[in-house]
Amino acid sequence: MKIDRRKFLKLASCTGIGLGLSAADIFKDTVEASSGHSAVSTAATRYAMVVDVRKLQTAEEYQRIVSACNKIHNIPTLIPEKDDIKHEIKWIWNDTYGHAFPDQVNYYHPEAFKQKLFPLLCNHCDHPPCVRVCPTKATFKRPDGIVQQDMHRCIGCRFCMAACPYGSRSFNFVDPRPYIEDKNPEYPTRTMGVVEKCTFCSERLEKGQQPACAEASNGALVFGNLNDPESEVRKILKSNFSLQRKPELGTMPSVFYVIGGEEYAG
Amino acid sequence: MYNGGKIIAGLIIFIALVTFPFYTNMGKTIEKPADLAAAPDELHIGDLPIGQMRAEHMMLLDKWRDEVVRGGQRYITYDGDEYEKSIQNGCLACHSKQEFCGKCHNFAGVNPYCWNCHYSEEEGLL
Ligand code: SF4
Ligand code: SF4
Ligand code: SF4
Repeated sequence: MKIDRRKFLKLASCTGIGLGLSAADIFKDTVEASSGHSAVSTAATRYAMVVDVRKLQTAEEYQRIVSACNKIHNIPTLIPEKDDIKHEIKWIWNDTYGHAFPDQVNYYHPEAFKQKLFPLLCNHCDHPPCVRVCPTKATFKRPDGIVQQDMHRCIGCRFCMAACPYGSRSFNFVDPRPYIEDKNPEYPTRTMGVVEKCTFCSERLEKGQQPACAEASNGALVFGNLNDPESEVRKILKSNFSLQRKPELGTMPSVFYVIGGEEYAG
Repeated sequence: MYNGGKIIAGLIIFIALVTFPFYTNMGKTIEKPADLAAAPDELHIGDLPIGQMRAEHMMLLDKWRDEVVRGGQRYITYDGDEYEKSIQNGCLACHSKQEFCGKCHNFAGVNPYCWNCHYSEEEGLL
């Protein structure tokens, strides 16, 4: 078949448009999720946590929050350090301002903030990258916004750990059972070879209880429904300046940090 | 016969491997759990006959697992009583892991990995 130049260009541009359209379709999700301008959850419920660090002062107050979660979820805290490698399983932990908010490039923050600790946990992102990469759908997002992990399905590939920009996930390199300090007979342990993280205490919510860390925080951690304009979390966010961790990544974290000025950063 | 020695040696190893389960269990008697004789038609909690529960509890647990973890449906009501679909807080609230589950699993020669995570208070973290 003979094909002249004009015909060739016509055909080529049609093919080009077709390819362009389908590519746009394929990447639509990715572009939306990475731009940070995608739609936010409009579900009736989207669980969220507001951490008011102004209310946290003593080391004991910080530790009480972490210990509450550790105890209730059978988290192994006694794994010994071996060959300088620290196997740490953590659902909630405390870290510095610089580590919590590395994107805050202003270097004229109040001096005291450099010492201040921030309780960090899974952000139960509205656009969770960990869910996108999980090959078995072990990690999934519930309609109420909780990013849940089905331990029965987890194959321990650790894709989710690579995808999570917050270090919220831990892998069980060893059998955790011998290293649990305070066991809770009402909650299972994990087994070697699975990943785990904060569940927003979904098992407690079902019983009408608050998350354990919030309960132990003396009001510093407030849990509630972000999509209810009358909820306590919304009221706090309405009247206080708050930060999310790495919001520029478009993950849309559901954990917010209320940060005071110098007088609070004790 | 070419390579006769190797073939015969291979055959002996093959037969040894295939019959391994038989001779390792030879001479051992595992007592048949008395519970197996209990009336299979009587109803377990809910509407399942005991015989069916015995044969199909693993399927039920599998279904519950998905309902709880993926569907958030943790409770089930039988005859007006609420039960938690949970090994630790449900099954083991009445049954003993060693005396009930263990005896039968042992007899059947199964070692379910449920116990890698779910544990019983009576035994501790085994
Ligand atoms: S914080 Fe990490 S683990 Fe939690 S939902 Fe977001 S990406 Fe997933
Ligand atoms: S480690 Fe488990 S939860 Fe994480 S991506 Fe792999 S299968 Fe999914
Ligand atoms: S919400 Fe529950 S699981 Fe998450 S850190 Fe707090 S206590 Fe732990």
